[in-house]
Amino acid sequence: MSDQGIGQRVKRREDVRFITGKGRYTDDINLPGQAYAVFVRSPHPRARIKTIDASAARKAPGVVGVFTGKDLAADGIGALPCGWLVKSKDGSDMKVPPRPPLAIETVNFVGEPYAVVIAETLGQARAAAALVETDFEELEPVVSLAEATAGPQIHEGIEANRCYDWELGDQAAVDAAFAKAAHVTKLEFANNRLIPNAIEPRAAVATYSAPTEEFTLYTTSQNPHLERLILAAFVNLAPEHKLRVISPDVGGGFGSKIFVYPEETAAAWAARRTNRPVKWTADRSEAFLSDAHGRDHLTTAELALDAAGTFLAMRVRTRANLGAYLSTFASSVPTYLYGTLLAGQYRTPAIHVEVEAVFTNTAPVDAYRGAGRPEATYVVERLVETAARETGVDPAELRRRNFIQPDQFPYETPVALVYDTGDYQASLEKALKQIDYAGFPARRKVSEAAGKRRGLGFSCYIEACGLAPSQLAIQLGAGVGLYESGEVRVNPTGSVTVFTGSHSHGQGHETTFAQIVSDKLGVPFESVEVVHGDTGRLEFGLGTYGSRSVAVGGSALIKASDKIIAKGKRIAAHMLESAPDDVDFDEGVFAVRKTNKSLTFGEVAFAAYVPANFPEDLEPGLSEKSFYDPKNFTFPAGCHIAEVEVDPETGVVVLVRFVAVDDFGEVINPMIVEGQVHGGIAQGVGQALLEHGIYDESGQLVTGSFMDYCMPRADDLPSFEVDTTVTPCTHNPLGVKGCGEAGAIGAPAAVMNAVTDALRVKDLAMPASPERVWRALQAA
Amino acid sequence: MKLSLTVNETAHELEVAPNALLVEIIRGDLGLTGTHVGCDTSQCGACTVEMDGRAVKSCTVLAGQAQDARVTTIEGLGAPGNLHPMQTAFQAHHALQCGFCTPGMIISAIDLVKRADGRLDEAAVREGLAGNLCRCTGYHNIVEAVLAAAGQM
Ligand code: FES
Ligand code: FES
Repeated sequence: MSDQGIGQRVKRREDVRFITGKGRYTDDINLPGQAYAVFVRSPHPRARIKTIDASAARKAPGVVGVFTGKDLAADGIGALPCGWLVKSKDGSDMKVPPRPPLAIETVNFVGEPYAVVIAETLGQARAAAALVETDFEELEPVVSLAEATAGPQIHEGIEANRCYDWELGDQAAVDAAFAKAAHVTKLEFANNRLIPNAIEPRAAVATYSAPTEEFTLYTTSQNPHLERLILAAFVNLAPEHKLRVISPDVGGGFGSKIFVYPEETAAAWAARRTNRPVKWTADRSEAFLSDAHGRDHLTTAELALDAAGTFLAMRVRTRANLGAYLSTFASSVPTYLYGTLLAGQYRTPAIHVEVEAVFTNTAPVDAYRGAGRPEATYVVERLVETAARETGVDPAELRRRNFIQPDQFPYETPVALVYDTGDYQASLEKALKQIDYAGFPARRKVSEAAGKRRGLGFSCYIEACGLAPSQLAIQLGAGVGLYESGEVRVNPTGSVTVFTGSHSHGQGHETTFAQIVSDKLGVPFESVEVVHGDTGRLEFGLGTYGSRSVAVGGSALIKASDKIIAKGKRIAAHMLESAPDDVDFDEGVFAVRKTNKSLTFGEVAFAAYVPANFPEDLEPGLSEKSFYDPKNFTFPAGCHIAEVEVDPETGVVVLVRFVAVDDFGEVINPMIVEGQVHGGIAQGVGQALLEHGIYDESGQLVTGSFMDYCMPRADDLPSFEVDTTVTPCTHNPLGVKGCGEAGAIGAPAAVMNAVTDALRVKDLAMPASPERVWRALQAA
Repeated sequence: MKLSLTVNETAHELEVAPNALLVEIIRGDLGLTGTHVGCDTSQCGACTVEMDGRAVKSCTVLAGQAQDARVTTIEGLGAPGNLHPMQTAFQAHHALQCGFCTPGMIISAIDLVKRADGRLDEAAVREGLAGNLCRCTGYHNIVEAVLAAAGQM
């Protein structure tokens, strides 16, 4: 096998441009004659816009134009849609408040844009934006999630600020199981609001050609085709074939760049309106205010056990904060990506979950790395660990007793998923060994002798990735299919250009996908080029989120490569005067079985483009496409163990060790997979110990910069100990499951289980800041 | 104002606004877009360049302060075929994902190694890089890369 094929630690080819400063991010793009956009944003969490006086701004030096929501609406620009329709328990549709790209009548969160200034320079645009005089009538905002349904009504016609009231599972069965339980563990907690903070801020550069009526929009998107589809079909910016969306190098996304936002919409529109290329780049303060935030749940959860410690049932009630409007996929996160995961790795026979999703006067909340699954894992794994402590059973042992066993797959959970494969105990045992579980009491003694507290916590998480069969997703309310496209274009000289609808914003597809195709077609890694992120070069694609790229996008490339091989066999058979069925393909060579007749891949490719001796019933050329629609989710799972040391004097928690043993199925590039796990863990640890997006009572974001919002830095973290176990996915051709979110999903519960173990308290709110820890110790 | 400075061994005479930031001059006037902007509170380090032998956050340096300075940006560090050992180590140890923090991280890391005088361990690297945010890597591989490069510089 080649040393650059599947399973190899191939160094990333994209790195060459990044380490030499030759990356090309959106803000690096400058078009001749471009003007600059600066948005005018609401200083109030909730207010009626009485008048906007832009006359002074319009007269300011360098100003090309000042536009408001009314100008966009008058030009037929529609509201930004939400792409997933969730129904309430009573069968009614979720309530969708209109979200014009620039607010027209009311503003509903601090930082909501309601006007845009276009000027010759960025400085002039900023100066003019400050001259826009707006008369607001301030309205009482709804800020507290706990009190959101009792607050004033934010959107006309949406009672109690309730978007939907959703449920899943068999309530009667759950009630019956609780009635006969020997023990019930109950927890009430919040899942803290997070602000994604990819280090590259969002940006857009748009240009419009009046003679051809064509837009080109460069933007920081995880899914440029989806961006195009929404801007064309719903927002009415331009017909789809007149809109090219290019997502060049993108500096991290973590979900926050999936969504279609007001800013690139308005910038693109303004390019047509002013007949100038228009550039907008968020500064960090704008990113804090206007990127979609993540998490923000309040939950009450109960687990019923029998006397032997067998889980009988789980009952979960969650209130989820959607913010002021429905962002692109907001509705699916606390429902289909959350409630469906509550079985975790266990045989819990009955589960009932209710989710009430509400609007507040805060930034929209949507998918952030893990999206729903970290919240579900937190519920399950905090409950299980607490139940173990309450019943005096070792937490590893309680998990073993309740794991779904390897011979029980496919396993149908009581919350609508069918797990295809897994071996949960294998990950647990490997992690126990790695952390030296048996040695923990001795390590604890050493810490205690030094006046410290030490704790250890588990998180045996599961996630559902590579979502999902399109038909199922569409039945459940999704507005798009969830397949992925891939094209393998063999060039006449035998080199290969691969087009994928997946998008890389750090994941390394240019390397991984080249490994897959090079392995499959037996052509050198260097001869495979991967193209992504441009609607003008690729047919279609759904982009990258939910750890789907290799499972779905990679599978599409396998399918397309299969077609290449099938056609190649027919060409080779013709040239070698044999039957296609007698031609084998292996390691880049077409050979007629039991003869010494063969042709290389390159010879067949050349013949396909210079068809001197070619089958009459075949078209020339060697280029194939595939749309791969997954048959099921994939179910990565694993065991994470955190060990912490707490200084009771200061309340400071030090994460001493973090072990992650994950089952991602087959692995294409272990180096890249480990990197994904590291990054996810850092974000999960950030949620547990450091990060919290906070609005004060008046609705102002008080964590609006890196000075107030505590991002994990190098000295907050240890090196991580990561390993894998493998049960290959049973339903995709690569046997892969996805690895992008595991760390962020598993880590928060592991860390908080460790912190509560160290403090010997039942629960503590995230993030476990020194102040909270210190207070908890004083109270204990 | 008139500004003379040398960037990546090339001398420049520029006409800039007195309140222009070095990062704006580098990215805008000189078109060296390898230096990035990740924040507006000088907290992220994406804009780090070497100026007169020290790593500085170029978003905190005013044009006037850069008068006659010698600046090295990521583009001046090494090109394919002739990479700086830190660049090589970043690739070899998968110390970057999206690449956005990378130029600043590499410049800071080189400065850290130079200053450490051969006495670097994991804790010192972590502390030394605390001014540079990376949202992708969890820092694990960055620390490995810096320690590996330190042995080769
Ligand atoms: S841009 Fe963030 S520190 Fe300079
Ligand atoms: S590699 Fe993406 S921020 Fe560091």
